[in-house]
Amino acid sequence: MIANANSRSDEPNSGSRPDGRDTATANAIEVEHIVKKYGEFTAVGDVSFSVKEEEIFGLLGPNGAGKSTLIRMMTTLIPITSGKARIAGHDVQKEADAARRAIGVIPQALTSDLDLTVEENMNIYAKLYDVPAKKRKAAIDELLELVDLTKWRSAQTKTLSGGMRRRLEIARGLVHSPRIFFLDEPTTGLDPVSRVAVWEMLTNIKSNRKLTILITTHYMDEADRLCDRIAIVDHGKLVALDSPAALKASVPGSNVIEVQFNNAPPDWEQRLHNLSGVTSIKHEGAGMYRILTSDGSRTTTELVEMAVHGGVAVKSLSVQNTTLDDVFVHYTGRQLRDELVKAYSFVMPSRPGLQP
Amino acid sequence: MNRMLAIIEREMRKFFRSPALMMASMIFPLVQLLVLGNAFGGKIRDAKLGIVDQDGGTQALKVREAFDSVRANVRTFEPIYYDNDKQAMEDVRNGKIQGAVIIPPQYSRRVYEENHPRIALIVDNSDNFMSSALEGKLTELTNALNQPAVEPRLLQKTALEVVELYPYIEYMKFLLPGSIALAMFVSVMIGGGMLYIDDKARGVHEGYLVTPITKTELVFGLNAAGAIKAVLTGVVITVIGSLLSGVNTLFNPATAVGLLLMIVLTSLAFNTMMFLLMVRVEDPLVPRAIFGILNTLLFFPSGSIYPIQAFPFWLRAIAKVDPFTYAVHGFKALLLKETGLVAVVPDMIYLSIFAVVTLTVATPLFKRTL
Repeated sequence: MIANANSRSDEPNSGSRPDGRDTATANAIEVEHIVKKYGEFTAVGDVSFSVKEEEIFGLLGPNGAGKSTLIRMMTTLIPITSGKARIAGHDVQKEADAARRAIGVIPQALTSDLDLTVEENMNIYAKLYDVPAKKRKAAIDELLELVDLTKWRSAQTKTLSGGMRRRLEIARGLVHSPRIFFLDEPTTGLDPVSRVAVWEMLTNIKSNRKLTILITTHYMDEADRLCDRIAIVDHGKLVALDSPAALKASVPGSNVIEVQFNNAPPDWEQRLHNLSGVTSIKHEGAGMYRILTSDGSRTTTELVEMAVHGGVAVKSLSVQNTTLDDVFVHYTGRQLRDELVKAYSFVMPSRPGLQP
Repeated sequence: MNRMLAIIEREMRKFFRSPALMMASMIFPLVQLLVLGNAFGGKIRDAKLGIVDQDGGTQALKVREAFDSVRANVRTFEPIYYDNDKQAMEDVRNGKIQGAVIIPPQYSRRVYEENHPRIALIVDNSDNFMSSALEGKLTELTNALNQPAVEPRLLQKTALEVVELYPYIEYMKFLLPGSIALAMFVSVMIGGGMLYIDDKARGVHEGYLVTPITKTELVFGLNAAGAIKAVLTGVVITVIGSLLSGVNTLFNPATAVGLLLMIVLTSLAFNTMMFLLMVRVEDPLVPRAIFGILNTLLFFPSGSIYPIQAFPFWLRAIAKVDPFTYAVHGFKALLLKETGLVAVVPDMIYLSIFAVVTLTVATPLFKRTL
């Protein structure tokens, strides 16, 4: 924390803002009508949003929706076609270096050097960020403690597990005490236990230092648990933006019934529609229906009665509260888990002999 | 400056952690030096030469005696006697023997009559090297046979006296300068080419690009790191190669300084060239695919294994711009001829200019963004 405050006061233009940030730059990130085109193809089309100081903001969307393009424009990695992005008050195109100093970035791929030790990885990034030699050791000590890697500091990175490597990279991204932290799918490819460990660590870091976090993810539970606000991106556009609770409330119907029938008659879907409280029905094949309803218990009772009278067997039945999954289906028309199967172009295979 | 040093530090730490790269870049040139040096360096020995004596006279006997003496001494060939010229020719054709000499009927009589005596040599000219060696040896033999028994007091013929400037240089020594240059090239190809593109593909560069490092710092850092790896390889190969091929000039301090300078400049020139070639490449297969092509295109025209003067004009043009040519020339001058620095200054100037030009072209092409 102390190192954080010091580095802040070193910035040349921090003096011009009273208290640093509650005037023109109350928002940590401001994106205005941002567009990215590759030739004729529009990867991101006219997206605007802002992220408040010390907020955890989630970008949610299927693959190819433009999440990574957005994050790359905000982190100065690719040029912006039109529009503006301001990071900590710095225009990413005109004051790229100032913006870079204010941010820590964890790219999607695991990019720590396998041949170097944990400490060497941290050290090289501290040097790349011009962290003064005196502060370097203290900052690294503190961060390794924070991500629980202290006893691994002189282990070569190739001996670490995937979750540990991810934690190392999170520590690496914080080595210069940034104000804003970008994480591009930080838990993709991790096992459930490591995912929870990463979440806990992020919450922990957040409570320790003043940090704005922007996170992209595929996982609804991750977004639900971590984020203060969520933006859903699809086809390069922002389709929804609000807090998780508000987004769930915006979906018509408060419950989801997933039910599977044997030998349902052809007019079955129409008959399901006529049950009380039903707002929408989606047939997912193999006699499986997904029903959104405003009154879960009543609809379920009626549904079972109808099935008994009609001689249709109920194979399985579940009633749930609306989740972010349903929000996603509502706004994009498809289920996010369908998108989890990734279509990579060429990816370097990881080196053999690595710990899983 | 600190950020540039951080890039170099990372590369060097990785280099020393994975000795496989060092090994790979050194073993290839050493194997080439040993195998090519010994395979090409030797004189032809124990070739099988068929002899068909259709004359059987005293002069033919003299020729056969000469052949036997060759077998007993330099062993260029081993005579095998045939009765039948058809069979001998057939055996040359299918490779059982490497050549055949036919002494025609009436040969001895023609010698005494001084009426154009001839013997025929049938060679398999699909193998240039073998046929020219046999031709050479037999020309020598016939010249000796033509020598009159009593020589005139005053010789009318012009004789060529060859003065060799340096002690006899074996082929392996001749190859050494090329092997040193090749070692540095392989090091740059792997260390500056393949690893660079692999890092790019793995997203390591994405990590750099979000830090406040400048384009110049990144370009200089990457190039300096690649060149340092090549220098280390070059120094090791110069020492090992000199010991293997028995070149002792290395132990002269002035020559050693010159060699070090040449190694540094060659490493720089090679690495900036590779950087220029790879500056816009994204696919990790590309450097692997062009490795062989580049090696052939740059190493062979350099004069390191065959003299440039034997090349057609287009190949000479390649040799003229190829940094390999200057590197090989410089190493040859210092290692084999001990010329001192003056003779290699033009090579050093060319390599420096080459490095500056390639880097100047490559820097604007290098993208600071993804």
